[in-house]
Amino acid sequence: MQTVAPQSASTQLKPPVTSVGVIGWVKSNLFNGWFNSLLTLVCGYLIFRTVPPFFKWAVVDSLWFSTSEACRNADGACWSIIPANIRFITFGFFPSEQQWRPLLAMVILVVLLFYSQNRKRWRKSLAYIWALALVAMGLLMKGGLFGLPAVDSAQWGGLPLTLLLSVFGLTAAYPLGVVLALGRQSRMPAVKSLCVVYIELIRGVPLISLLFMSSVVFPLFLPEGVTVNNILRAQVAIILFTAAYIAEVVRGGLQGMSKGQYEAAESLGLNYYQTMRLIILPQALKIVIPPTVSILISAFKDTSLVVIIALFDLLKTTQSVLSDPQWRGFSNEAYIFIALIYFACCFFMSNYSRRLERELDTKY
Amino acid sequence: MKRRETISVKVLAVVCMSFFLIVGMWGCGDSGKVSELQGKIAELEKQLATKDQPAPAAATAGSTLNAVRTKGFIQAGVNGDLFGFGKPDEKGVWRGLDVDTARAIAAAVFGDADKVRYTPLTAKTRFTALQSGEIDVLTRNCTQTLSRDTALGLDFAQVNYYDGQGFLIPKKLGVKSAKELDGASVCVLPGTTTELNVADFFRANGMQMKPVVIENTAELAKAFFAGRCDCLTSDASQLAGIRAVASNPKDYIILPEIISKEPLAPAVRHGDNQWKDIVSYSVWALIAAEEMGITSQNVDAMRTSSDPKIKRFLGASPGNGKALGLSENWAYNIVKQVGNYGEIFARNVGVDTPLGIERGLNALWTNGGLMYAPPFK
Repeated sequence: MQTVAPQSASTQLKPPVTSVGVIGWVKSNLFNGWFNSLLTLVCGYLIFRTVPPFFKWAVVDSLWFSTSEACRNADGACWSIIPANIRFITFGFFPSEQQWRPLLAMVILVVLLFYSQNRKRWRKSLAYIWALALVAMGLLMKGGLFGLPAVDSAQWGGLPLTLLLSVFGLTAAYPLGVVLALGRQSRMPAVKSLCVVYIELIRGVPLISLLFMSSVVFPLFLPEGVTVNNILRAQVAIILFTAAYIAEVVRGGLQGMSKGQYEAAESLGLNYYQTMRLIILPQALKIVIPPTVSILISAFKDTSLVVIIALFDLLKTTQSVLSDPQWRGFSNEAYIFIALIYFACCFFMSNYSRRLERELDTKY
Repeated sequence: MKRRETISVKVLAVVCMSFFLIVGMWGCGDSGKVSELQGKIAELEKQLATKDQPAPAAATAGSTLNAVRTKGFIQAGVNGDLFGFGKPDEKGVWRGLDVDTARAIAAAVFGDADKVRYTPLTAKTRFTALQSGEIDVLTRNCTQTLSRDTALGLDFAQVNYYDGQGFLIPKKLGVKSAKELDGASVCVLPGTTTELNVADFFRANGMQMKPVVIENTAELAKAFFAGRCDCLTSDASQLAGIRAVASNPKDYIILPEIISKEPLAPAVRHGDNQWKDIVSYSVWALIAAEEMGITSQNVDAMRTSSDPKIKRFLGASPGNGKALGLSENWAYNIVKQVGNYGEIFARNVGVDTPLGIERGLNALWTNGGLMYAPPFK
């Protein structure tokens, strides 16, 4: 190059090294002005003080497959607590020789969730696939047919229980919330007041008190000998709670629709159900995707509150492992592990909601 | 576009319906008939009207033994995360002294110690679960107290562990007695009798304390070892286990004072004496077996013993089983399948376990402890 155009190279001066490349970037982004320079230095110091020790603890000095005795003498993280107890943390009391069943059920669920991500696949056949898969998952978990030994639902625990409570809790709460929101907008006084009372009552109490009601108070009103499954009671409490919150978010979407949309539907001769199904709800639900998803995410994390009614969800099985004197004291490692699981699920949800927003965006 | 939206709505509808269908199928197995329910509600209301009756409604119902026999297993309420008493191991199998007590009851009733289902319960849910009939027996390191025995409508059977509350302190504190702890900050679990006991102890001795309350045993121990409090108080059965996980256990000592009495006993609903007898005598059978030197290993040989006491106990000469409404070899089944009290103690909490507890109060009365069984005749 230089031989071809020596002249232009000499006339065009290169920018000074302090304004291009790495140095230039650092200068214009990290040290532009005394305040930002100070911030950079402070942050750099904090990072220097925290990250290398954490890295040393979590990676360099860590133990991955050792006994707890070896861990006690080591300086680093004791990740060994996870592989040593992974069976109980993930599956709880499920009989160990039947472990493949909850595992398979979870795989089916995750595969289906990923498959259904794409809206192009939302056809009638997908609904049948889901119905079939739900039956299959129920069968795998409960057993009792086709030579699968029956497993009492009291023995369900760990990750399958968390997924069960959250996936079914959220899918059932969403339509219920939509119905409640429509009910609250209704012109029929009975329906309207019922929905208002329900929503305000449920939103007025914390989830913990609902769970206590379902697990402690409710059984006292049942006749002797009749017990409603513990998991089912918690599941219903979670559904009722989440639905009330979703209802309020959806109501916000409904109120955000312009009056013209309703009038246009009426002028086309559509009745109430057609108006709602074809015109109002598709638009209203679309604009409330972000708040809905944040409610779903917080509801997903709230399922860990079933700890207090002694259901062995992911958090409780982990705590149970931590109460073993052998592993007591390694709570940091165990909690980091389940935090990662929760993060993966929540991140998936929020990612998917952004994708839905993009796909459904019609620019008007 | 519109067509796709209707399809998606339909998909949603079908999914939801199938979900409710499944939940329905699942729930139906457990729920009863509506008419039965209404009748029961009327009965409940009638009982609520008679206010001076402290026992809850469920307690009045018929024989627990028959109900248990019909369902084919015993539903036992257990702790869930108390090592040595009631906790699943890494395979999900329940282990512990309380779990073995429940297994002994199942061995007595069914001749099969495995016919127990466990309901993990928190300190808050345990009594309601028993009152509502969700469980048949509560073996959850539960302290027998007057108010629980009476006002809560429970009956406590024979004590299966004598516990008490003690203090764990760092050696460098230089304290030799709990009475020298004036002004100390105390790590304590909330919600149980532990917190009350320690407050009572400090007040009774005219001392000041600063409680540091943490909900979970593992976190409590961590806070203590990190130096957030001067001493840690808990049931003595737990102190040795907590001390063992310190990075250097020799730096910590357990003070000699035991500041409370905690007789841990299985509980049943008030009013079913036969069931309470079965639970009590199942525990006593464990103790009596140790007294007579019968273990799970030698129980078959002992059965042919000529000692009339042992013959009566193991059912070789009949009588005891019939009196309890059980099979004659109920005690044999307990010892054969679960062991005697000494074996259970050694297996779950004894000196060779991480808890490393000496027999102490839980030794046989002949060895200076409190474990004493009535004659089996």
